[in-house]
Amino acid sequence: MKNSSIVSINDLSREKILALLEMARKFEENPNHDILSGKVIGSLFFEPSTRTRLSFETAANRLGARVIGFSDAATSSASKGETLKDTIIMVSNYADLIVMRHRLEGAARYASEVSSCPIINAGDGANQHPSQTMLDLYSILKTQGTLENLHIHLVGDLKYGRTVHSLLHAMRHFNPTFHFIAPEELHMPEEYREFCRKNNIPFTETTEFNEDVISSADILYMTRVQRERFSDPMEYEKVKNCYRLTNAMLADSKPNLRILHPLPRVTEIAYDVDDNPKAYYFQQAQNGLYVREALICDVLGINI
Amino acid sequence: MKEKKLALQVSALCDGTVIDHIPADKLFEVVNLLKIQEMDNNVTIGFNLESKKLGKKGLIKIADRFFTDDEISRISLIAPNVVMNIIRHYEVVEKKEVKMPDEVRNLAKCNNPMCITNNEPMSTHFHLVDRKKGTLRCHYCDKEMNVRDIELI
Repeated sequence: MKNSSIVSINDLSREKILALLEMARKFEENPNHDILSGKVIGSLFFEPSTRTRLSFETAANRLGARVIGFSDAATSSASKGETLKDTIIMVSNYADLIVMRHRLEGAARYASEVSSCPIINAGDGANQHPSQTMLDLYSILKTQGTLENLHIHLVGDLKYGRTVHSLLHAMRHFNPTFHFIAPEELHMPEEYREFCRKNNIPFTETTEFNEDVISSADILYMTRVQRERFSDPMEYEKVKNCYRLTNAMLADSKPNLRILHPLPRVTEIAYDVDDNPKAYYFQQAQNGLYVREALICDVLGINI
Repeated sequence: MKEKKLALQVSALCDGTVIDHIPADKLFEVVNLLKIQEMDNNVTIGFNLESKKLGKKGLIKIADRFFTDDEISRISLIAPNVVMNIIRHYEVVEKKEVKMPDEVRNLAKCNNPMCITNNEPMSTHFHLVDRKKGTLRCHYCDKEMNVRDIELI
């Protein structure tokens, strides 16, 4: 059972990703399936996360499972100094599956090694968040009809943004072309550029964000540029408005272009973009439900 | 001349291990790592010996002591490419080049303070990514680091 855990998107093969996306499509047609009645899912959020937790718990409920757990480490025995190992062993004796979020990197991998039931990683610090990547892939597939041969423009914080790093890894199976658009201080780390070279993924890099740059995009993946990432606050003030998408910038974009964002957004997408049919970030978040239903079923060895 | 003299010293050992080609600046780290200070064995330590390969090198000769693979792995983390000569009855019966293993378990700390291994009582685990560059990747937090920068447990 242990090996069915989903800890990192990097562990998933192309076939596995496609099978999960196909299952998610079926759940979108009908999200309610009473196939997990009698199952108990442990929802262990050592770190608060409203969106991800509610999405997983909704997925569990729509599948007929019961959910136990906590939404904050302060209300768990971790606050009494219990080790992660002990908490996981204890809960894995009660539950059929554990969905967990933890502030420490590698927590989910470790949990999957000590648990007697499978683990789904719902985010381990700045490290991995595979269900987010799966919903990004689902959104790309659904809006483009394919994952193959797309031009994907990643914008904003490419240095610390774990969603863009995971997306890059996952897309290696599908022959993409990447365009990295970021300020000097937040450009794509060498490790990931090297990854692209090794996997023959073509990419371009620029600090300019304008109409011309996005005219070739099939997917425009926006991320938040956070103030705390800058050593020099002046630098932040200078760049924060340069990576802001407005509706006017989309005038000459491709008809199939869709705009994604892992949310929450702050100023990087102007509100006038929301009404543009190319804005897809809210539906993207909704797709999280179907993808998480698929992940839960897969980990429990259930196919629909 | 020097080489010859060393060879004589080595052959003078009846049974034991000669650890050769230790970069001179890593010699005392290796001494500490193997806890040579606490040994009762007959030990000779050579420091700043001339070496064609390294310029200056260190050498440790220990009588009646042979090292486990685990101990050898530890040495590889601070001084890659040292050579272990196993001596039995005055003869070098085995010459092992110490190589970093593909998996490094519970020998070094992860550099990432946010890594689970630095916050739970648990073993560490690294995968070797690039032997030439000495790059390791933490099994848990996935961060890559150079062997030069890591702290041994």
